Amino acid sequence: MARVLLFGRLSDVAGWREREIESPFLSALRTRLAADDPGLGEALARPGVQVALDQVIVRGDAALNARTEVAFLPPMSGG
Amino acid sequence: MIRLTFDPFDPGALLTEFCRGRTEVGAVATFTGLARADAGSTAVLELEAYPGFSEAEIGKIAAEAQVRFKLADHFILHRIGRIGPGEPIVFVATAARHRRAAFEACDFLMDYLKSRAPFWKKEHGPDGARWVEPRAEDHADIARWDKERSS
Repeated sequence: MARVLLFGRLSDVAGWREREIESPFLSALRTRLAADDPGLGEALARPGVQVALDQVIVRGDAALNARTEVAFLPPMSGG
Repeated sequence: MIRLTFDPFDPGALLTEFCRGRTEVGAVATFTGLARADAGSTAVLELEAYPGFSEAEIGKIAAEAQVRFKLADHFILHRIGRIGPGEPIVFVATAARHRRAAFEACDFLMDYLKSRAPFWKKEHGPDGARWVEPRAEDHADIARWDKERSS
């Protein structure tokens, strides 16, 4: 069961911030999120959206463990 | 040192504390960012971080600045949560043997914080809320340092 976290505009689009979702791979998780909520699927596919697994940025697909924390990070802006 | 806080802070007190007991440092530079009202269009700013991840990512860049500019020390404090107009939102202090390195490191750290640090900023105004993303100038500002690094 992955713990999925949404930040910034993504949590507004989805209407949630954190959810437990069963998925063996990041790619499968994306497919499932997009199927459940096409608006979120589109927002996740936009350029500049990064993914961190257990707080480490990853590119491409990856296997998810039972306790993996998956964070979707839209473009960042501080200061 | 990197710290995130929900609470308002006093930049003057932080500067005094940062300077305390330094006898081998000739220069301390600081930057304080304030939340802008933009003529009433922004009533409140809301800053979101990813606890743990945000501090760690900022820490990597601060470590890079420490080496690149041969800093004696650095301190970064960033507000998260809701911030009213005129309130300090970010404070950066750098200490070095001479002023140029302190100024440049401070500038470098702020350019990074504006465009690449893991924060998400929402402006609440009379016309509703909107998420703020880095402007073209912010990307150009941080790109200056990439160029200098590769040359």
